[in-house]
Amino acid sequence: MSELSDLYQEVILDHNKNPRNWGHIDNCSNHSEGFNPLCGDHIDLFLNVEGKTIKDVKFEANGCAISKASASIMSALIKGKNFEEVKALYDEFHQIVTHGCEDHEPTEINLEVFCGVKEYPTRVKCATLAWHTLVDALNKV
Amino acid sequence: MNSLINNPQEIAQIRNDFPILQTKMNGKPFIYLDSAASTQKPKVVIDAITDLYTNYYSNIHRSVYHYSQLSTERYENAREIIRKFINANRFEEIIFTSGATESLNLIAYSYARFNLQEGDEIIITEMEHHANIVPWQQLAKEKNLILKYIPINERGELVWEEYAKLLSPRTKIVSLVHISNSLGTINPVKEIFAKAKKVGVVTCLDASQSIQHTQIDVQDLDCDFLAFSGHKLYGPTGIGVLYGKFDLLDKMVPFKTGGDMIKSVTLEKTIFADLPERFEAGTQNIEGAIGLAAAVIYFQSLGIDRILEYENHLLNYATEKIMEIPEVKIIGTAEKKASIISFILEDIHPHDIGTILDKQGIAIRTGQHCTQPVMKCFGIPATARASLAFYNTEEDINVLIKGLKTVIQTFNV
Repeated sequence: MSELSDLYQEVILDHNKNPRNWGHIDNCSNHSEGFNPLCGDHIDLFLNVEGKTIKDVKFEANGCAISKASASIMSALIKGKNFEEVKALYDEFHQIVTHGCEDHEPTEINLEVFCGVKEYPTRVKCATLAWHTLVDALNKV
Repeated sequence: MNSLINNPQEIAQIRNDFPILQTKMNGKPFIYLDSAASTQKPKVVIDAITDLYTNYYSNIHRSVYHYSQLSTERYENAREIIRKFINANRFEEIIFTSGATESLNLIAYSYARFNLQEGDEIIITEMEHHANIVPWQQLAKEKNLILKYIPINERGELVWEEYAKLLSPRTKIVSLVHISNSLGTINPVKEIFAKAKKVGVVTCLDASQSIQHTQIDVQDLDCDFLAFSGHKLYGPTGIGVLYGKFDLLDKMVPFKTGGDMIKSVTLEKTIFADLPERFEAGTQNIEGAIGLAAAVIYFQSLGIDRILEYENHLLNYATEKIMEIPEVKIIGTAEKKASIISFILEDIHPHDIGTILDKQGIAIRTGQHCTQPVMKCFGIPATARASLAFYNTEEDINVLIKGLKTVIQTFNV
């Protein structure tokens, strides 16, 4: 079981079981839906943006543990952040899931759990779905 | 010939015919439980393709030299082998395509587009693969046709009474899947077609999952068209077959045009070739046809009855073992099933199941299996699917069961 521990860690299992910021926002300022037809992952992401800051975020998702945990962790990270900070997080996340963490120490402890995803190329899309949906939602102003 | 059940020696021999089954995946013996997605290839198929390219390859239907003649002969001989295999009446009724998807598109765009009028109806089912939904939907949009679906019940079987209600004087085509790729259901196609025939409806069969799990006889089924892919019948990818009754095919206009499908071309007009070349535009998949013929010969040499008996035995064994795990629920419990088992495990997403099994060398399919309407019917986002072929063993299933227990342990359900 040791090989699996780098992907299915406690943090992922916990966020999968008890996702943070779960639900929807009525009259949200930004919304987007993301699909991963390969596995049937689906996410509905709701944002309240004021000026250039994400004041509130909620999501509902159907999907694998990786995609759900990723959405939950993302929601916790971006809440209250401005666009510049969110962009930096997005870039860092992307770097982690595609290149791992050998040359890069994650700035956020909860991003560490994604260091192993690059070993599972078919699962990278699961991890990035929420973040791509976020970019899409922010582009819909 | 002996039964393959409780015959480990012969199964071991058969497994030896498939080089990939001797490999390791992620450091573990490779347990292949995804034959419904694509079957593995026996050495005879690999050898037939190597032989072509090594010893006599040239383009077909074109040149006068010996190798071109030889390649043409083997390609046409492949057609004859497939004709006999599905008991078609004439060689002209066997059209090589790139796969079942192209075959079904050919029916839609070369038959239905010219023969159906606004308001005409096409009946398919809720358990179709997207390949037998999307071409009809597109055509319906283009020509204002009406697409109707035979519903399925909670076991994943077609509801016969509803089918009877859907048939109308406007029904022109009934097109359905023989064996569901996501549920394993074997549909009573002969009865369904007989009822359609009585009112003059054209019938199409998607045999993608049945060509390797039943004995197909197109004359006995009395279907007008039949489609299948070579790669699900132990043959190469990129080759498939469209069977069509001669009288229907002969009146059809090709939707792909170009080289090799013409009698004459002038700057003013083109006269199309006779069957079957009319529907085989461009340089054909020569290695595909020759590889598929080798696969058919191999498949028949094992004895189709023996294969079906053994696969049914594996299905029963796997179903029983899976049902012993209380957290698992099988999706698709039709009375008549092929060796395809879809299941869900509590609320663990199939992709997580697939990744954990992958680490143990086990290959299963996870997702929606190109049947999103089926997933919707059952109110689930996706399933995990184990599909079995004659090269699988009871031990493969035991390893799967052990793997599923690891999944449960990982997720602590």
